[in-house]
Amino acid sequence: MIGTILQTSFRSLRRDRGAFVMSFVLPIGFFTIFGFVFGSMRGSSTPRVSVLVVDEDRSAASRSLIGGLLREPALDAMTHPRPTKENPAPADYTAATAEAAVRNGDAPAALIIPAGFGANPVAFGPGGQRPTFQILQDSADPVAAQVVSGMLQKTVMMSLPATMAAAGSQYFDREIGGLTPRQKQQMDEGLARLRTLQDEQGAERNSAGTAGSSSATNAAADFSGFVAVNVRDVVGEKKKSPMISYYAAGVGVMFLLFTASAAGGSLLDESDSGALDRVLSSRVSMTTLLLGKLTYSALLAFAQLTIMFLWAALVFHLDFFSHIPGFLVMTAITSFAVASFGMLLASLARTRGQLAAFSTLIILTMSALGGSMFPKFLMSDAMIRVGYFTFNSWAIEGYQKIFWRDEPIRSLGPEVTVLVASGVVLFLLARRFARKWEYV
Amino acid sequence: MSGDRANSLPLRVDSVVKRFGAVTAVAGVSVEIQPGACFGLLGPNGAGKSTLIRSIVGRVRLDSGSISIFGHPVSSSAARADLGWVPQELAVYPLLTCRENLQAFGRYQELHGKLLEDAIAWCLEWAALEDRAGSPVKTLSGGMKRRLNMAAGLIHRPRLVLLDEPTVGVDPQSRNRIFEMVEALRASGTTIIYTTHYMEEAERLCDRIAIIDHGKIIAEGTKETLVAQAFGSRSSVTMHFGAVKIDLGAWAARRGGSAQDSAVHCSVEKPTEIAGLLEAASRDGLEVLDVTLQRPNLESVFLHLTGKELRA
Repeated sequence: MIGTILQTSFRSLRRDRGAFVMSFVLPIGFFTIFGFVFGSMRGSSTPRVSVLVVDEDRSAASRSLIGGLLREPALDAMTHPRPTKENPAPADYTAATAEAAVRNGDAPAALIIPAGFGANPVAFGPGGQRPTFQILQDSADPVAAQVVSGMLQKTVMMSLPATMAAAGSQYFDREIGGLTPRQKQQMDEGLARLRTLQDEQGAERNSAGTAGSSSATNAAADFSGFVAVNVRDVVGEKKKSPMISYYAAGVGVMFLLFTASAAGGSLLDESDSGALDRVLSSRVSMTTLLLGKLTYSALLAFAQLTIMFLWAALVFHLDFFSHIPGFLVMTAITSFAVASFGMLLASLARTRGQLAAFSTLIILTMSALGGSMFPKFLMSDAMIRVGYFTFNSWAIEGYQKIFWRDEPIRSLGPEVTVLVASGVVLFLLARRFARKWEYV
Repeated sequence: MSGDRANSLPLRVDSVVKRFGAVTAVAGVSVEIQPGACFGLLGPNGAGKSTLIRSIVGRVRLDSGSISIFGHPVSSSAARADLGWVPQELAVYPLLTCRENLQAFGRYQELHGKLLEDAIAWCLEWAALEDRAGSPVKTLSGGMKRRLNMAAGLIHRPRLVLLDEPTVGVDPQSRNRIFEMVEALRASGTTIIYTTHYMEEAERLCDRIAIIDHGKIIAEGTKETLVAQAFGSRSSVTMHFGAVKIDLGAWAARRGGSAQDSAVHCSVEKPTEIAGLLEAASRDGLEVLDVTLQRPNLESVFLHLTGKELRA
């Protein structure tokens, strides 16, 4: 008896393609995608923290330090913007241009090597005359400043051996009472050898050139160590919850995609019930019907996102009401693009089961790659680039511009272009595939 | 045919052919339906009836031929305004109320304002659903759903109505109510195309009947004409046999009849000819279980022409 029940159940499962795909193909497919995406993180695409480096000291010691930072695998340090066709030899960052770049979202942090660093590079213990490094951070990335600060301490130790030894000798001299003349001579000879080595490292750095970018995030704090560091928020300094607008957009778009897929799926239901045939035999054309469904789906998405952001304002104190124009623009274009996507999925599927399996796979993948599930600052550059093929990434970026960086609406040009163009193309494709419902 | 006459014909199907790959579903069908007629379309499953119906409502891309409604191509806006289609499926929105469904389908037919409200009131009355106007469809009985399904197809008061098996799955009481609705429609001068698997419905409601099989109209006319064409003055005989060890189809064909499973349908001029059939059966080793003699009716015609029961 149980054998018959098992046989009947397995036969039914095998013949229900939607359920079959959901049970076996979907998890394997999703796992494979994640395996490729996150598995690569151990290789060359390991996430690095982008940091812009400003040299206000311009001494041998600061150049040695920059060389060390450029070689640091955890950092993607840049002393100047990447060359472009218009500007093939960009000028080095200054404190002002680096701050502007961080505000613009080009990098999550900037490190300013202060004037006087070469004269008093490090100090053992608190106090002394050491100048203070500044880290300018975008507090939406809670990791970057800490990583940069830690790597700075490490690099000072690794790249300035002579400087470290000299400072150590001075500390010893001051605290212990000095060396004998013989000891002093030996120490000076050792320091000379270290300076030679330090200079050789500097020469290697100069021939290696400059490069870099990376990412990291938030947590403003001062760090004590061999060098003094002051961290200053330059983006979001007055905001209470740095990630709220990020996740309101990220989570919102992910569920919007599911809702849009389900709304598009009503076409399949109506096809099954015969209502679609009846509607199409009236004065309603397929294009009109699809436009009606698209409008419904987009309005539903608009309402969902509005509720999501209002909730964020109510519970997490997101500054919603100061950003309403930008919110309306982003929400309108995101809703349109997502609704078109739902229409396309529905027009491609033949059954509800197919639609469920297909849309779950695509939406979860898009959400993972686009930053809805994991913050972008935890992703490698390669993953972030792949994410640009998803709605999630563009929507999150647009909302961050509005709510986090307080950028004007005109800065949404790329997001508006991509989302509107995608929406139009997907809708036209949906119209093409919907021919299957028009005639037999 | 003169242009005026063509324009006054509710439906004109001219040499329509529709193929699905190697299968020809409709093989050159031509039909004309006169104004005010109730035209029955009968056919066994797989005969091409559904494809012909979907062609008439403009949902099929024809390989050849043409269909016009009051002189307009089926895909035209004018034809859509003149045609009301009641599909076999319950093609209504289950979560909406009766009134909301009628509103939606009325607007799809470009009705608005008072015109729409009047149409809804007429539909609710015609379908005897006034007291359930505000009830969601999912709470209605099967018969009520069927009536709403019909009303939704007639919300725009079309001059030609295609009713595709409107009584499927309803109880006898609801079926009678539907008959009354169809008869009221006829009385108002609406032209009706009616498909059914129930012969008594066709006999009661239709003044002309066409039988379709293998994608072709194999007979058309009034009930009396069809019976006379098929049987003349003969009566139909149905014989059921026990274990059959010979080719029953060939046996029936030799006697001008047809076989279905273990039964043979044929006709006799006089009742006494049954004796000859029994003798032949006995001679060929067939065990006769029972024999029925009846005056031919539409069911007999259908069996005679298609070799199949209508509800098989």
